[in-house]
Amino acid sequence: MTDTVNVSGSLRNRLTLTLIGGAAMLAALLFFVVRGYAAQIAQQGQDSILEASVMSILDAAILRNGDVEVDFPYASLSMLSTAADDRVFYSIYQDYSLLSGYGDLPHNTGQLGDRMAHKTTQFDDVTVRMATASRMLVGADTRTTISVSVAQTQDALQVTLARISRNVALFGTVFFLLSVLLSFWATATTIRPLQRLTTSVTKRGPKDLSPVASPVPVEMAALVSSLNRLMGRLDTSLKQSEDFIAEAAHRVRTPLATVRSHAEATLQRVDRDENRQALRAMIRAIDESSRAAGQLLDHAMITFRADHLERSEVDLVDLLHELVLRLTPVADMRDINLIITGDRQVIVAGDSILLQNGIRNLIDNALKYSPAESDITIHVTALPTPQIEIRDQGPGFPESDMDKLVSRFSRGDNVKGIIGSGLGLTIAQDVAQAHGGTLTLSNPNGGGACVTFSL
Amino acid sequence: MKFLLVEDNTELANAICTRLQIDGHVVDHAGKIEDALAFVEIGEYDLILLDIMLPDGDGRMFLKQHRAGKKDTPVIVLTARSQVSDRISMLDLGADDYVTKPFDHEELQARCRAVLRRNSGTAQTTTRLGNVAFDPVAGSLTIDGTAINLRNRELRLLELLINAPGQIFPKHKLFDRLFSYDEDVSENAIEVYIGRLRKHLEPSDLRITTLRGLGYRLDHD
Repeated sequence: MTDTVNVSGSLRNRLTLTLIGGAAMLAALLFFVVRGYAAQIAQQGQDSILEASVMSILDAAILRNGDVEVDFPYASLSMLSTAADDRVFYSIYQDYSLLSGYGDLPHNTGQLGDRMAHKTTQFDDVTVRMATASRMLVGADTRTTISVSVAQTQDALQVTLARISRNVALFGTVFFLLSVLLSFWATATTIRPLQRLTTSVTKRGPKDLSPVASPVPVEMAALVSSLNRLMGRLDTSLKQSEDFIAEAAHRVRTPLATVRSHAEATLQRVDRDENRQALRAMIRAIDESSRAAGQLLDHAMITFRADHLERSEVDLVDLLHELVLRLTPVADMRDINLIITGDRQVIVAGDSILLQNGIRNLIDNALKYSPAESDITIHVTALPTPQIEIRDQGPGFPESDMDKLVSRFSRGDNVKGIIGSGLGLTIAQDVAQAHGGTLTLSNPNGGGACVTFSL
Repeated sequence: MKFLLVEDNTELANAICTRLQIDGHVVDHAGKIEDALAFVEIGEYDLILLDIMLPDGDGRMFLKQHRAGKKDTPVIVLTARSQVSDRISMLDLGADDYVTKPFDHEELQARCRAVLRRNSGTAQTTTRLGNVAFDPVAGSLTIDGTAINLRNRELRLLELLINAPGQIFPKHKLFDRLFSYDEDVSENAIEVYIGRLRKHLEPSDLRITTLRGLGYRLDHD
C-alpha cells in the first residue's frame, strides 16, 4: 500500500540550506570586517610614521635672523622606507610659498598648531597617503607659519592588505566548509527522532494500534499525542466494527439456522413432492447465502491480512492434516476419500490463517465437484518450490474459460446446481499471491480437475 | 444418544431438538451458561452442542469451566462466526469440533459420530438385531462375529433402517437423508445403495423388503 502524500518541500533540505546560507553570510561578513579592520590598522601604522616624519621636519625648522632655516635630518625621511620601495614626497611651505620639496604636491595650510591632517590623494598618477602639519614660528619681530607635508605611496600597504585578505579569505572558506559539515550533522541529528518515529510506526503489525511509547523531543510531542489519539480512536472503531460483524453474523446466521433446521425437520414429515421440492430449494438458498456471506468476510479478511503479512514458520503437511481431519466427516458423507501424499514435512514462512483459509477453499471446491465414492488426492512437495496439488475426479474445469475462473464471482458453466459464490478460487489465488506464489488450474489427462497452489 | 444443547435462541433450539428427536436422540436444552453448568453437574451426556454468544457470557467461558472441571464430554461448537481465526481459538479452548450456522443436520450428525469415534468408549451405541451387531458411531457391522466393511452411505442407510425394523421408509425419505441438497441425482439413486446393503446383509437374518409404491422395510426373520 503506497499512499500518495502531498509533499511540499523537505524539512531536511530547508534546514540544511538555511544553515549553509547563514554560514555563507557569516563567512562573508567575517571577511569584510576583518579585512576592513586590518586595513584600518595598517593605515594607522602608516599615518603614525608619516606623522613622526612631519613632526621631525617641523622640529628642525628654526627662525634665525628673521629667516627660516629647515635643516631636517636624513632619518626624517628614511624612517619611511619600506620593503616595497615606496616613494616618499615632501613639501615645506612658508606662508604659502614653497620653501623646499615638491611644489605640485597638493597643499593646504588650513591647520595651525601641531594638529595633524591626513588625507589620501592622487599624485603623479598614484595614490598616496599624505600627512600635513603647520607651526607658527615667532621671532623678535617676525612671525611666520611653516607648513610641512609628507606623502608616501601605498605599495607596501597594498601588499600587506592583499596578504591579510588572502588569509582572511582562506580562514573564511574553512569556516564556511566546517559550517556546512556542521549543518549536515545538525540536520541529521534534528531529523533523526522523526525518522525513528516513522520507522516505529511503519514496522507495526496490522493489529498493533498501541500508542507510541518511546520518548520523543518536546516539539514532536503534540504530533505524537495526536497520532496516539488517532490510533486510539481507530482501535476503538476497529474493535467496534469487529464486534459489529460478529453481532451481525450472529443476528443473521442464527435465524437462518432456525429456518434451515425447521425446513429439514419438516422435510422429514411431508410427503407431497412439490412441498418437498420447495423445502429443498429453500435449504439450498439458505446454504447459498450463508456460504456467500462467509466467503465475502473471508475475502475481506484476506485483503486486510495480505497487506500486512505476518510470516511465521508453518508446516504445510501439519496444516493439511488438520484441514483433512476437519473435512473428513463432510467428505465421508459422500464416501469421498481425502488422501494426502508427498513429503513428510514442508516448512514455509507464511501466515498460517491465510494459508489455511486459501487451502480450505480449494479442498472445499474439490469436495463440491467430486462425485460420490471418489478420491481427492492432495500431493504436497517441498522442492523445487513448496507446492500443493489438489486433484479430484470431478468433471474438470471448462476448457474454454479457465483463465476467467479465478476472477471474482466467476463460476464455470458446467457446475449448475452446485452451491457456490465464485469466490473460492479468488481467495486461494489472493492467498498464494500474498505469499509471492501462484495458483494454476489444469485438467490433467485421466480426468478430473487439478489445482496447483505453489508458494 | 443423549445430547445437551446450549443455545439461547429458543426457536433454533426447538428446531434442533425436534430434528435430533426425529433420529431418536434425547436432548436437554439449556438457554444460558449457568443452566448448562447445572445440567452437566447432574446429568451424563454423550455430547454437548454449544452456542458461543449466550446471554450470561461467552460460550468459551463454559468451555473453559467445563474442561477445568475435568469433564471430558465432547463439545461441538455451533458458531455464527465463520472466520478461521475464531474457529481456531475455539479448538484451542478444548472444543472437539465446530459447525458454522446455518448447518446441515446430516453434517452435524457426521461430526458428532467422528467426535464420538475419537473419544471412543464414552457412548454405548451398539444395536443388536438377530445375528447382527451394528455400531453407527464406530461404523462397524458384524454378522455372526464377522466384521463387514460398509461405506458411509450404506452405514447411514442401515442406521436408519435398523433403528426402526418393520417400519416402511418411503424412497424420498431415505433419499433426503443420504444425499445433500445440492446433489443433482434422481431419487432412484437410492436403489443402488439398497442393492448393496442387501448384498452385505445376505448372510444375516435381516432382509430389506421392497414394497412397490411405498418404500422399503427392514425385516427380521
